[in-house]
Amino acid sequence: MTTAQQTRVRARPKRNEPLLFGAAGILTLLILLQTIPTIGIVNPKFFPPLSEILQALMVQFSRPEFWSAFGSTILGWLLGLAIATALGVILGILLASVPVLGKLMHSTIEFLRPIPSVALVPLAVLLFGTTMNATLLLVIYASLWQVLFQVMYGVKDVDPVAIDTAKSYRLSTWTTIRRVIWPSITPYVIIGVRLAAAVALVLEITGELVIGSPGIGKLIVTAQSSGATASMYSLVLIAALLGVVVNIGARTAEQKLLFWHASIRTEAH
Amino acid sequence: MTLASLGKKLFYVFAVPIVIVIFWIVWADSAKSPFWPSPVVIAKVFPATWLDGRIQEDVVPSLIRFLTGYLGALILGVMLGMIIGSIRRLRYFLEPTLEFFRAIPPPVLVPIVMLFAGIGDGMKVIVIIFGCIWPILLNTIEGVRGIDGVQLDTARSYRINGWRRTVKIILPSASPQIFIGARQALSIGLIMMVISEMFAATNGIGFNIVQFQRLFALPEMWSGIILLGVIGVCANALFRLIEGRVLTWYFNMQVKEK
Repeated sequence: MTTAQQTRVRARPKRNEPLLFGAAGILTLLILLQTIPTIGIVNPKFFPPLSEILQALMVQFSRPEFWSAFGSTILGWLLGLAIATALGVILGILLASVPVLGKLMHSTIEFLRPIPSVALVPLAVLLFGTTMNATLLLVIYASLWQVLFQVMYGVKDVDPVAIDTAKSYRLSTWTTIRRVIWPSITPYVIIGVRLAAAVALVLEITGELVIGSPGIGKLIVTAQSSGATASMYSLVLIAALLGVVVNIGARTAEQKLLFWHASIRTEAH
Repeated sequence: MTLASLGKKLFYVFAVPIVIVIFWIVWADSAKSPFWPSPVVIAKVFPATWLDGRIQEDVVPSLIRFLTGYLGALILGVMLGMIIGSIRRLRYFLEPTLEFFRAIPPPVLVPIVMLFAGIGDGMKVIVIIFGCIWPILLNTIEGVRGIDGVQLDTARSYRINGWRRTVKIILPSASPQIFIGARQALSIGLIMMVISEMFAATNGIGFNIVQFQRLFALPEMWSGIILLGVIGVCANALFRLIEGRVLTWYFNMQVKEK
């Protein structure tokens, strides 16, 4: 068996090497997470061994509170992402296709964008209390920019000949947007949504953490303040895995949806 | 004519902000909502809130924590990234693990680091480093990986090795990609600064804003939000300035290619 494997590895090193080495890397990480606390390099009270974290994870899975928190996180993330996408697309098309509007809004947008989204935490708490809506405000604010800027780039990139053609056929504004602008900006929208998905998840969990709206982030704070360290790490692990799933999922979805687009086709080769 | 074009430019920059502020003033005066104090009131409390004493006790410490953490992440991230990026097998070995760490929402680290480092300045700097380092590290790796092979071969045949190779060839070639990571890290760093102070602190901008909110001192709270906005805008402008200086050659090259 080993010889067969070895020859295969040698025959196509480029294909298997990243996978094998990556798996070995993850395995090493897991072993380190288990051994470092057990032999006492860090205090196991602060950093329990992996086996304990995984046990705590199993306990989480059996708790209904965990599943309701998990649901809240996913719901808040999806809702925020959807609203930010809709707003970003509408505003982006409007600002990029009406030049005066774009010029007028430029300074305001350039001022609003760098404001750290968490600066809005106290305002969100005052307006909505410690509810999901407070976190939703943060999620929308932070992820809106990703979509908005991609859409604006996209509209500027629309073939001017296509627009002129639409004009000479006397297509209405709405038809032009639907038939000419929208098809050519979809790749940009998809990239914007991919970027926004990661940002929205981070802000969703941040909001739960800082504001205390229902979700995984809130459970992390509760676990930490009650000294349930293993339970806290298991929840952090869930948050990280959720992040990995969102990143990989969004990238895969982008490639599937844009298989026809030049950027993906050249990437594959 | 130039005066007219200047006027036009100024009009485009200031028209909407002025309209928003006027609208806000009129609306706040008529609605008298405690949540949305008039900008006039906010402007009045701003100097007393931030410039009297708080600038040394809260604003400067916040900024120092941010800068220490950000620069720490930058140095660490670029150094590690150059090492990992130049050794192919090491990169394969570490890439999935690093992607996993990158996917952890950085604010989640605040309660963890609090366990180890308490609630002092050390905790905040560690949290900022931990949040900022991933985009810098991964982009540096990507930048080093993408260096033109011909360039490296040329360097080899001229016997440019070791330190000179690193500083003169690898670092400049990877720098556009490093700047992409550094830009992402900039906003993460500011967020981490505020969050770590909101969570557990005895001073700092984030700490004060939350205090104002709890005391229902709303104009002061708003002044804090605006201060954070101004810091964000300034940090971004400074970053662009440095990027423009360092990457002039790169931007020029891009223009020529077009």
